[in-house]
Amino acid sequence: MPKRTIIPFGPQHPVLPEPIHLDLAVRDEKVVEVIPSLGFVHRGLELLVTRKDFMDMVLVAERICGICSFIHGLGYCQGVEEIMNLQVSPRAKYLRAFWAELSRVHSHILWLGLAADAFGFESLFMHSWKIREKILDIFEETTGGRVIFGVCKVGGLRKDIENDVLERIRKTMDEIEADYRTIAKVFKEDYSVKHRNCGVGVLTADEAYKLGAVGPTLRASGISQDMRKIGYGAYGDLNFEPVVEKDGDCYARTMVRVREVYQSFDLMRQCIDKMPEGPVDMKVTGFPKGEFFSRLEQPRGEVVYYIKGDGTKFIQRYRVRTPTFANVPPLVKMLGGCDLADVPVIVLTIDPCISCTER
Amino acid sequence: MSFLAKSPWIVHYDASSCNGCDIEVLACLTPMYDVERFGIVNMGNPKHADVFLVTGYINTQNVDVVRNIYNQMPDPKVVVAIGICASTGNIFRECYNTIGGVDKVIPVDVYVPGCAARPESIIDGVVKALGILEQKKNKTYKKPEISGAS
Repeated sequence: MPKRTIIPFGPQHPVLPEPIHLDLAVRDEKVVEVIPSLGFVHRGLELLVTRKDFMDMVLVAERICGICSFIHGLGYCQGVEEIMNLQVSPRAKYLRAFWAELSRVHSHILWLGLAADAFGFESLFMHSWKIREKILDIFEETTGGRVIFGVCKVGGLRKDIENDVLERIRKTMDEIEADYRTIAKVFKEDYSVKHRNCGVGVLTADEAYKLGAVGPTLRASGISQDMRKIGYGAYGDLNFEPVVEKDGDCYARTMVRVREVYQSFDLMRQCIDKMPEGPVDMKVTGFPKGEFFSRLEQPRGEVVYYIKGDGTKFIQRYRVRTPTFANVPPLVKMLGGCDLADVPVIVLTIDPCISCTER
Repeated sequence: MSFLAKSPWIVHYDASSCNGCDIEVLACLTPMYDVERFGIVNMGNPKHADVFLVTGYINTQNVDVVRNIYNQMPDPKVVVAIGICASTGNIFRECYNTIGGVDKVIPVDVYVPGCAARPESIIDGVVKALGILEQKKNKTYKKPEISGAS
């Protein structure tokens, strides 16, 4: 039996833009055990609630992560609104859903690019990121920022989108979707993509459920769970079905994300079709008193916010459980027994967002 | 850019950024902004690199990692602090494990402001850094005095 060797992976590693450290115990080329260690980007952000006004805190919440920044802000706002019993205007709800889906498209296309880079398909990475720039243009036009928006606030939104701008965005979306179809075809059918992904890092439905996987990682193993189905915001009025794949390997996880992009385009069109008229903002008086669990579906999976207010302008406790944190135990399971060369691909298929996880 | 005799290679490390600046650094390398046309390539290996791009501020966990990467880079080298976090600590400067901006640990040559820093300003910062790199090579570089800085 070959000797057991420990190979360190990260924190500064070419395949990952973010620092994560894994100790890989290998025998020959097979990984036998994985010990993850986190904490390189820990900021202690949750404690900032005791120093920032509850209205300003949404800007801090957005800075948990630059990729899903809108949804982090949204989760915080929904929690506080629920505690303070604020009825957000329908137009604000629809616009929030619109931006949330746009974030999902952005995040998934970004991830598809990074995954392509991880399995050595450089040109596909470049093509994915070229398409992503067009989505960022829509963000910049409507919110003013490319990655951090600051558009969501407690009680509504800071900005409205004019109806004729929405119609123009619909046309742009058609163009983006046509471009996207060409790269989606490569992810779906290309021989080398399949060769690197099929049968790699298999997670069965039972394991995924027991280890508490969330989001695309869970849905790729055949379990249909999508937090948007609980109907927060405008999602109760929109028609969609969770995207589910059966195999639980890297290819299935890629396919879930490839198909979710189409779903998000569809949801954005539904939002534009049903967009109600009215104001997007309201006056907020008083301070939050009470506690609430806010559950949302991020691009990476279910995210949980716990917010507790004690009737002063500072919130007492703010806690975030992010999807990557839930997906680390399934990742450790997937890595056990894989080839050393497959480690980067498998790590990327859970779509790790380390700055979310460590905050 | 006429002085650019060689292709400057960069190494990027995410100290404790929120990803915002990191994806903007990556966006610089992809077709829309495409700095590869100037020969600028993102390297994983610090020993190959001339320019060190740091995003995010320094905390107690990553202070040694940043120092290690800096020490491994061959001279002459320049450091670019990208985003307001890397420059001063931004909203996180009040957090309990913050040491501060990157300049608390290693000497920084160019500061790129913004939250998140835009690709245009990142490219501008890197071009400024290349000027400093050239001066360092000819040993004519003198660190400018910063007036009014606290």
